[in-house]
Order: sequence, then structure tokens, then C-alpha cells
Amino acid sequence: MLNFVDTVGAAVAAVKDGSTVMIGGFGNAGQPFELIDALLDSGATDLTVVNNNAGQGDQGLALLIKEGRVRKMICSFPRQSDSWHFDAKYKAGEIELELVPQGNLAERIRAAGAGIGGFFTPTGYGTMLAEGKETRIIDGRGQVFETPIHADVALIKALKADGVGNLVYRKTARNFGPIMAAAARHTIVQVSEIVPTGSLDPENIVTPGIYVNSIVKVASAAGTAEQVA
Amino acid sequence: MSLVETSIQTSETPLGRDDLARMVARDIKPGSFVNLGIGQPTLVSNYLVPEQNITLHTENGMLGMGPVATGDQIDGDLINAGKIPVIELPGASYFHHADSFAIMRGGHLDICVLGAFQVSATGDLANWHTGAPDAIPAVGGAMDLATGAKDVFVMMTLLTREGASKIVEACTYPLTGVGCVTRVYTDKAVFLTGPDGVRVRETFGCSLEELQALVPVPLTAAPAVEH
Repeated sequence: MLNFVDTVGAAVAAVKDGSTVMIGGFGNAGQPFELIDALLDSGATDLTVVNNNAGQGDQGLALLIKEGRVRKMICSFPRQSDSWHFDAKYKAGEIELELVPQGNLAERIRAAGAGIGGFFTPTGYGTMLAEGKETRIIDGRGQVFETPIHADVALIKALKADGVGNLVYRKTARNFGPIMAAAARHTIVQVSEIVPTGSLDPENIVTPGIYVNSIVKVASAAGTAEQVA
Repeated sequence: MSLVETSIQTSETPLGRDDLARMVARDIKPGSFVNLGIGQPTLVSNYLVPEQNITLHTENGMLGMGPVATGDQIDGDLINAGKIPVIELPGASYFHHADSFAIMRGGHLDICVLGAFQVSATGDLANWHTGAPDAIPAVGGAMDLATGAKDVFVMMTLLTREGASKIVEACTYPLTGVGCVTRVYTDKAVFLTGPDGVRVRETFGCSLEELQALVPVPLTAAPAVEH
């Protein structure tokens, strides 16, 4: 069921205490800042968050972590020059970290959306990130069994949505959006523009509307220089 | 194995970072699809020439990545793996993260160039974690690149600040990938690594004997045909 909602606050009401929340974005590109701010205002806590990083600077996901609302991060690259809020929580033992090679993160999210129960991959074989995991030699290469990452809710950012929830993205801001939209039970999208159904070329739809539950239009323009890390 | 008595010294002095980047760029075969890691490997893009027809991949979902953006070109939606704004070249394409990593993991990239803490005699790579108990681990796409690209080139200084060789018998830092490195470009030499051990393609500012004194694994001169 697709809903168009008027405010980001109404959009994130689906996030409950203890939810697993996928948040799109790679660095700041594609990060749905307005939805994250609304999540901050909502008070939802004890969250497990899936994102490539663990917040930058004093905005978005970094603030959610600072406020102690994130119990666990599942990500590939938490440590950055400006990830001070995550760093502090991690060093204080106040946040759990599941570190996942980035390709495994993406493929585990994709697998969840595709109904796949797990897969073997050479990535990580023989490393400490494969410790305790099932391994097999396939085609002469050591491979590691990885399982899907499901989520209760995904918060993503797209450029445009049409009336049936079809989405198009903008440049490298696409990143995790399409796979998170498919992997979550409830997908919330912030867009810069809502266009009439039929005005997007069906050949160019990136995320079909079947994966989308809530759409909210936000004022912020895509690709502004202020969002550059 | 023993040193072959042949001079493979090709410069009087060690190579600087830019000289090394120029050499890596020159060694990339025309028409290759390439991923350049964050840091020193990024310098390689400064020395690729249009005649090589190289296509750069960035892990965050793009083929046909151009140089760093300046002025009005800067667009927060168009960044590289280091989160630096870049521009797109004609023929560029965008795709989501699972497709981007399928490009790596599916063996479609010809070469990736990565930095390293250590490389073992058999091409094991350690480049993501010092293993220090208080360090916050961060792996990003390093393990996917190391296991997925057809050739894995490493760029690094040969010695640590303390003077220890980063080419080692076995890595003491946590591994990124097993037996994945095919070539190591350093300030003092270019090494070819693989199941047969470490061969030296050329040296910079030292002889093979002087190099052997620094590196704790047996070195042999690579046959000239592979230079």
C-alpha cells in the first residue's frame, strides 16, 4: 500500500523502538537527512541501523548516534575523519558494531530483497571477518557463507517519484537506495519532486513502485554543494 | 632460489610518489577497467592519458569516472569512493551498490590499485586494520577489490618509518585477502608476487643485492621478457 504523506514526521512514524532501520547514502550522497532528522524528533530508540558508514560531522546519522538512539551499527566503514560521535560511543562501549565488507553488505541487503537465504562469496575468506562462519571450497576458491540482512524500515532518498511510487535517482546518490527499498518491509522515500504517473519513461525506472510504501516531498535540492563531505 | 647476476636497476634514486604513480599508469594496458583505491593509488589517475582508453570504476556506483570536480562542477550527488566530488566522462554509467560490487566480485575489473600495510611473499594483502585493540576497524570495499579484480597492484613505500620491510614472509597485520596481490610498486623496486615467490622487475636507487638486504624473503630477478 502506497501512501503520499505531507510531513517527514508522519513518514517516519513506522519506525518503532527496537526497529532495524536501513538508511541509504554513501557518505552524504543519497543520505536522507530530512527523514533522519524526523527520526531524531520521533524519539524512536534502541535502533539497529544499516548504513555504509556511521555518520559524519554533526548531522544526520551522526546525531542519531550521538543521542544514544542507535544500539547497533551494521556498516562497512565507520571510521572517518569526522565520525567523532560514533568513535566516542564505540570507545565507551555504548554501541555495538557489526563490521561487514562493503560488497557483502550490499549483497546481503540485495539477498534479503530477493528472498535468498544466503550465499557463498570469496570476499573475506581467510580474514578475521570470516571467523566463525561456514566456508566451502567452490571452483577451487575458498568461499564464506553470508546471510541476508532484513530490515523493518528503509529510509532512502530519490530524485523523483511518480504517482505509483516508481523512483529515479541522481548520479552516485543512487548507491544503496534500490536494494534497501527491496530489503525492508516498509520503505520510506524522500524525493525532490513528485511527477505525474506516466511522465517517467518506463525504460528508465530504477526502483519500481512495488517496493515503496511512503513518499514525502522535501524542499532540499539534490546535489547541493553544502552536502559535499 | 638465488639472485640472478643481472642489473635491473632502472633509476639512480628511489622513486617519489608521483614518479611511481606515473609508472603504474604507464603499465595499465589500454582498454582496461580499473579501480583506484583511496590515497596514493588515486594519484595514478593524474597520469592516465586519453589514448589508453581506461575506464575508471568507483565503488559507490559509477563507471566512467572523471577527475576531481572544481568550482561550478562540484555536485554533492557525484562523489568518488573517498567522498570527493568528481565529474562524469562521456559514456559514464550509474548503478546501485550491489551492481557496483558485482562488477568487482564477478571478476569484471582488470586491475585494482590499493595501498597496503604489508604484502606477503605469496601475495597475501594486509591493508585495512592494524589490529591494535583500541583501533576502530573499517574495511569498506578493500576485501571485495582484493578478491575480485583480475590483477591487484599495490602501491606503498617499501619500508615502514621504523625501517622494517612491508614485504614480509607472512603478514602480521589482519589480512584483507589471501594470495591476491600480483604486483607491488614501491619507492625502491617493483615486485611481482605469486605462488612462485617474489621476483623483482626493476630497482630504483639500489642493486638487487642491496634490496635483498632490506627484504626478509628470497628475491629473484624477473626474466626480462616480463619487464
